[in-house]
Amino acid sequence: MAGLLDGLPQDTLPLVYLVSGVLFIVGLRKLTHPRTAEQGNLISATGMALAVGVTVLWFEILEPLVLGAALLVGAGIGTWLAVSVETTEMPQLIGVFNGFGGGASALVAGAELVGQVGALGASGLSATATGAAAVTGLIGAVTFCGSLVAAGKLHGIYENPIHYPAENAIKVGVLSVAVSAGLVLVTRIDLVPMGELVAPYWALLAVASVLGVLLVVPIGGADMPVVIALLNAFSGLAAASTGFVLNNSVLIIAGTLVGASGLILTRIMCRSMNRSLVNVLFGGHGGPTATSGAEADIYEGNVVSTSPEEVVMLLETARRVVIVPGYGMAVGQAQHAVAELAQLLEDDGVDVVFGIHPVAGRLPGHMNVLLAEANVPYERMRELSEINPTFSQTDLVLVTGANDVVNPTAYSDSASPIAGMPVLDVWEAQTVVVNKRSLSPGYAGIPNPLFAMDNALMLFGDARDSMQALVNEYKRGR
Amino acid sequence: MAFVENLTLFVLAGFLGYELITKIPATLHTPLISGTNAISGITLIGSVVVAGSGHSTLASVLGFFAVVLATVNVVGGYLVSHQMLRNFGRRRGE
Repeated sequence: MAGLLDGLPQDTLPLVYLVSGVLFIVGLRKLTHPRTAEQGNLISATGMALAVGVTVLWFEILEPLVLGAALLVGAGIGTWLAVSVETTEMPQLIGVFNGFGGGASALVAGAELVGQVGALGASGLSATATGAAAVTGLIGAVTFCGSLVAAGKLHGIYENPIHYPAENAIKVGVLSVAVSAGLVLVTRIDLVPMGELVAPYWALLAVASVLGVLLVVPIGGADMPVVIALLNAFSGLAAASTGFVLNNSVLIIAGTLVGASGLILTRIMCRSMNRSLVNVLFGGHGGPTATSGAEADIYEGNVVSTSPEEVVMLLETARRVVIVPGYGMAVGQAQHAVAELAQLLEDDGVDVVFGIHPVAGRLPGHMNVLLAEANVPYERMRELSEINPTFSQTDLVLVTGANDVVNPTAYSDSASPIAGMPVLDVWEAQTVVVNKRSLSPGYAGIPNPLFAMDNALMLFGDARDSMQALVNEYKRGR
Repeated sequence: MAFVENLTLFVLAGFLGYELITKIPATLHTPLISGTNAISGITLIGSVVVAGSGHSTLASVLGFFAVVLATVNVVGGYLVSHQMLRNFGRRRGE
């Protein structure tokens, strides 16, 4: 096609794309183990560089300056964001990147339509191209705006769900308007002149953007693991359907892999809360719930508060300790103090592991990333199914910044909002120390009977201050 | 015909993705999200063609912004994943 690789056989381009596709698959395979995962990421990046490189060289680039400038600006911004952002701000950064991918897909599909209309006239558009473009525009714009709203929530700008009247009716209404715009585009009903601008497509994009905002705004911060996983799937599906617009194999393969990944994660997150996706998206909880007097009564006279000195005495005699981190650890940036405490205990021969609930934090695997950053080896991080049978042989459980994921109400009260949710059975240990700022309820808005149990002690305070106090006290006793 | 071929790729890649992703441990779910996120930036190769094609000024402008967004996604996504995964691969004391 008159690019720099002119003279090579036509099949060269799809063959190179095939190699890229294989590199993505091999890269993902290496992600099945923490030791090989870094290498997998590099292999995947190589596949990407290959696909982009061959594309730049293959096609006749009439405007090399435009393309070069765009690549430089994008790479500069991407590098700057990735390098300058703190680990604690990574969830929102991932949200922003995800949105950009969806937005890019939506723009490409639009630009392709505009280009085709310019070259062939409106009658030159095939129904497959317009249909795939409509799907891309819808998913891409929802991903773009939804991800930016989610990133804002993860950044703590407006964490609480924002509800509006007739919420679900409005969402369905806006979705039907977007779908109608898509139908106008595909069937080319002459309601609106198609024109050189392909107006129905941009109308679809505008409406879908509004939909993206409306969908995510009512969802609370603690449901973000589900939202991010779902938007991750959307960004992949948007890329895959762009592949249908452009007839491009590697876009379809890579986009579909991402779509599958996001959907699987979405399902895992929903199951970990025993809620359906529909319930998370449309029936969300997490509104400001006032604790009624009767509920607060369970704490009356049963809550025993403790001090760092007392906890350290317990730690000194413990043989097995499980640390259960929650979102409070991330907020307080307590991971380094927690890791130091674990290391001190380990040095003294104590068996220390971390029990991590799948929805602890704001992203799937959020706690693991924070702990890894603080040098905790992945062998010490245990999943719920692994850790639960071991609590009965555990001397001390230290819960820091977690609440709903250690709430026994999930088993005992079928009317509770967390009924049936798999939780960490920390109360089966000999002693449970719960580090929390107050007795206030977690995201589900319900009290936690664990705090009032006979073997539970409350260590009130900020996660980092409390963990640091334990570290200092423990060092003093050595 | 192209549509059926595309659909074939889509369906097979979907099943392959399911098999691959279900084997990835929960510990690596955040890097998985940011890594797959970077892969979804593959849409960049579509934007490269559109931005450089010189179809029309409008197509070039749209292509320009698409390339910027997709490149941010690709470069940033891989770098963030790399930083996270380096922590997992690191042995204690290094």
